[in-house]
Amino acid sequence: MPRPSTEAEYLARLVPASQGAFSRRSLLRGAVGAGSLLAVPGALAACSSSTSTGTGSGAASATGTVTLGSNQSDAVPKAAVQAVMDAFAKANTGLSVKINTIDHNTFQENINNYLQGAPDDVWTWFSGYRMRFFAAQGLATDVSDLWGSKTDMSAALKTASTGDDGKQYFMPSTYYPWAIFYRKSVFAAKGYQIPKTLDELNTLGTKMKADGLIPIAFGDKDGWPAMGTFDQLNLRVNGYAFHVSLMAGKEDWSGAKVKKVFDTWKGILPLHQTDSLGRTWQEAAQSLQQKKSGMYVLGAFVAQQFTKGAEQDDLDFFNFPEVDSTVGSDAIEAPIDGYMLAAKLKNEAGAKKLLGYLGSADAQNLAVKADPSVIATSDKADQTGYTALQKKSAEFVKSAKSIAQFMDRDTRPDFASTVMIPAIQSFIKSPDDIDGLVKSIQKQKLTIFTS
Amino acid sequence: MTAPVALPADTTEKPPRSKQPRRSRYRGIDQLNGVDRVVVALMIIIPTFLVVALVWFPAVGSVLLSFTNWNGIGSISSAKFIGLTNYQNVVSIYPPFWPAVQHNLIWLAVTFLIATPLGVFLAVLLDREMKGGRIYQTAFYLPVVLSLALIGFIWQLIYSKDQGLLNAVTGSSIDWYGDQRYNLGAALVASSWRQTGYIMLLYLAGLKGVDPSLREAAKVDGANERTTFFKIVFPVMRPINIIVLVVSVIESLRAFDLVWIINKGRNGLELISTLVTQNIVGEASRIGFGSALATFMLLISSVFIVIYLRIVMRDQR
Amino acid sequence: MTATTVTPQDAKTRKSPGPGKGQTAQKRPMTAGRVGLQAFLIVMALVWLFPVFFAVVSSFRDYSYTAQHGYVSFGGFTIQNYVQAYQQANFAHTLANSAMITIPAVLLTLFLSCCIAFVVSRFNFKFNLALLGLFTAANLLPPQALLIPVFRMFKAINVPYWISDSGTLLNSYYGLIAVNVAFQTGFCAFVLSNYMKTLPRELYESAVVDGASVTRQFFQLTLPLCRPPLAALATLEVTWIYNEFFWATVLLSSGDKYPVTSSLNNLRGQFFTDNNLVAAGSVLVALPTLIVFFALQKQFVSGLTLGATKG
Repeated sequence: MPRPSTEAEYLARLVPASQGAFSRRSLLRGAVGAGSLLAVPGALAACSSSTSTGTGSGAASATGTVTLGSNQSDAVPKAAVQAVMDAFAKANTGLSVKINTIDHNTFQENINNYLQGAPDDVWTWFSGYRMRFFAAQGLATDVSDLWGSKTDMSAALKTASTGDDGKQYFMPSTYYPWAIFYRKSVFAAKGYQIPKTLDELNTLGTKMKADGLIPIAFGDKDGWPAMGTFDQLNLRVNGYAFHVSLMAGKEDWSGAKVKKVFDTWKGILPLHQTDSLGRTWQEAAQSLQQKKSGMYVLGAFVAQQFTKGAEQDDLDFFNFPEVDSTVGSDAIEAPIDGYMLAAKLKNEAGAKKLLGYLGSADAQNLAVKADPSVIATSDKADQTGYTALQKKSAEFVKSAKSIAQFMDRDTRPDFASTVMIPAIQSFIKSPDDIDGLVKSIQKQKLTIFTS
Repeated sequence: MTAPVALPADTTEKPPRSKQPRRSRYRGIDQLNGVDRVVVALMIIIPTFLVVALVWFPAVGSVLLSFTNWNGIGSISSAKFIGLTNYQNVVSIYPPFWPAVQHNLIWLAVTFLIATPLGVFLAVLLDREMKGGRIYQTAFYLPVVLSLALIGFIWQLIYSKDQGLLNAVTGSSIDWYGDQRYNLGAALVASSWRQTGYIMLLYLAGLKGVDPSLREAAKVDGANERTTFFKIVFPVMRPINIIVLVVSVIESLRAFDLVWIINKGRNGLELISTLVTQNIVGEASRIGFGSALATFMLLISSVFIVIYLRIVMRDQR
Repeated sequence: MTATTVTPQDAKTRKSPGPGKGQTAQKRPMTAGRVGLQAFLIVMALVWLFPVFFAVVSSFRDYSYTAQHGYVSFGGFTIQNYVQAYQQANFAHTLANSAMITIPAVLLTLFLSCCIAFVVSRFNFKFNLALLGLFTAANLLPPQALLIPVFRMFKAINVPYWISDSGTLLNSYYGLIAVNVAFQTGFCAFVLSNYMKTLPRELYESAVVDGASVTRQFFQLTLPLCRPPLAALATLEVTWIYNEFFWATVLLSSGDKYPVTSSLNNLRGQFFTDNNLVAAGSVLVALPTLIVFFALQKQFVSGLTLGATKG
């Protein structure tokens, strides 16, 4: 199959198997806010409330209060959100923002109920399947009009903000890449070279072992970090197109391609830190920070375990090495965080104005300054204040040919959390029964993706 | 609290009069006058309404949902009736299910055989007025009061592979939480630590309710403490014993929070309750499938409810 | 009252010097058995307390120090965690929220469950067994399983805006309190009904002879007699409802209405968590439940002196 080169092309052809069902459901969108649990279907027609279809009513008339649901509960990002909102209010007299901060985990766990209850006008969210899903369920407002005039974001970002119906529902704010992180001082002291291929990675790992280092730090107690390793391997073994299609539930999990991913993983598993299922990623990151481990496959947020200044400057990363030269290594993962609009808006003009501002360089400059592990999505954002790591991240993301999100952002959340987390953990525990494993995944996948 | 005021004078005076030979036991509602009937009716109706509306009605809803493929979003009318498919999938292709059932049973056995007897034993010891009694009570009860966040941290300190106390002291390098040969045992130690104080509190309150004159009488008869307990106190405590047994069963079947804080009930710590949560709560939103798991939980629980009710029925006869 | 009846019992414990001296339990001489008992309890109590003690000590230590040296080390002591936890977690506000949820919920739970327990244990109605089953079994239902139906129900119930600013029972304390009460009443009713069954029947019979109304029997006879279990249950319920977080996060959507437990989550980072800081916060959060425990401890410790036995 021909390999389209941009994310846009893939996403455009990505029509989830269940899309028919989605659009049928979106016809019932009006009932979203109304039906009680045991409501008789016939009663639904009576209580359909209108949902906003999002034709911008002109930003000029925006006044009043906009509510923002924010999952940025950590002290520093929380202050950053506050700063952004203050700047927004200052620039728009007559408009103010009421921030509703909910801690990150609770917000995420509760998102379904939150959106169906009484959501805030604007809320923090992620791109990928997770965004398209809520758009398809009629829980978000179409913001295509804001994208119409937008020139400072790449086509890939626009596609990543586009729902199944071809309209935009998302405004990117920041993102961060996944790669292999290491300490420059360790590599310099031992004379290690950046591995370009899987073989070189193996050789380097063997050398590190001989030097008394754990080659690859690893912690999967929370279940999701190992998804990153799977994704990296899958992108290298089967390429970006397969990743997208696999995540969409359109590929056979028990087929040779997925097996090969697990086989490759099995090959480098001895390089990984053992007993990973009882270790959080923070503990794993500390072994990198303490120079007990040589490398770590993780997102750029690993920097948060390093003290600012010299120690963070010592942190560097390289692209996950090539496994198959016909596939290459130009596909990377860089999850995008951003904002969406609720379906029912209390202040539509104000909310759109705010969303537009959040996608602008001005707002992102403030956000990026607060958290040095992320980079801005706007091309116009000021990069002069970036740390070395941020500069490298920006470069890295720019040079990538295609950008994936992350397993739990690219596929159905129920599949990711109830099937893949236990499956990957059981693989790490007993990597020998790959056949049985992929068959079990495939069986469960069939029941989930048809529902 | 509904502060129990000191016993009013008139009630305390009553007992002597009760020595009158006339027996007058309630037989039925007929003996109540009009006002009393209304009061009794309200006493039944208000709590019952609340529990039926907020517990039983949703429970029936859950059972019904378990026959559908609903994803929890939008109208319920978008759900499709799929019969027993969810149940079939749970038992046949959902890998964590059978380990979870097994873990729940182990949990039940440990609670039943270790934590509960220990709590009862401590309560009996602490029932006598002794030096430092309140301090001991506080020590055993403390784990019950602490929030989950703190309990999670406490056991992390002890069990952590690289930084924990247990490995530092014993020199082993066992991954207590991550290795599924050990983590259920480790979680059960933590759970028993908490359960013991809980049972102790319930039982102690029961022991305090035992009519002291019974013990006095036993003392008069020359019984030692052990005999007094087993021959006199324990039989009188029958309803409390039942409480403790039922509570142990309930807590083991519903066991959830400790395991959830350790690793969200994965990798050797699967329990039915955590599977229900993983499927229903959060973004996964597999309402139909999760409800089927919950229904399994209900079915297992109902076995114990029936046993309990049979005991009560026999007692009343 | 027992002064003349001790001899037979004391004969058994005569091993110790000075036989027959103090007759009441507190003053009994230190026999080998007593020493052994104290020793056993001291060891058990230390085993029980040690983990808590260890955690409290750790909450006074610097994260970067313990991260590097492990927790089994000495050094890095600081009170900074407490200072930071107090500043960052906004305790005053969330504690007030928790009080607004916990106090009415516990009072209502205890009152309603007393009502049911009283009826079930006092009267021989035919439906008693069914009632008891209804309440007991309600305990066994996993709350996670009832989440979606309850959420949908609350969303569908329209209430005036002065009750809830969402216009439904969602995002309102009334809804949250109702759910907590409904879920806890089953357990309390079950426990209380069993305790009430241990109360001497004669008391009620004489009350009936005296012509006491049901209300009087309930408030003036039953409730005072149930002081130990009520104190025990109040302690447990305060702990549970106060620490309850599941329903709060599901039913409330405004972060500023969240109970104190959410403050702890605010101390936890999206990616990075300073465990020592969280421990410091948890210790602060645990204080109110400890205070309640100490305040009520006397009630369930002191035991009862039934009027009947005084005669």
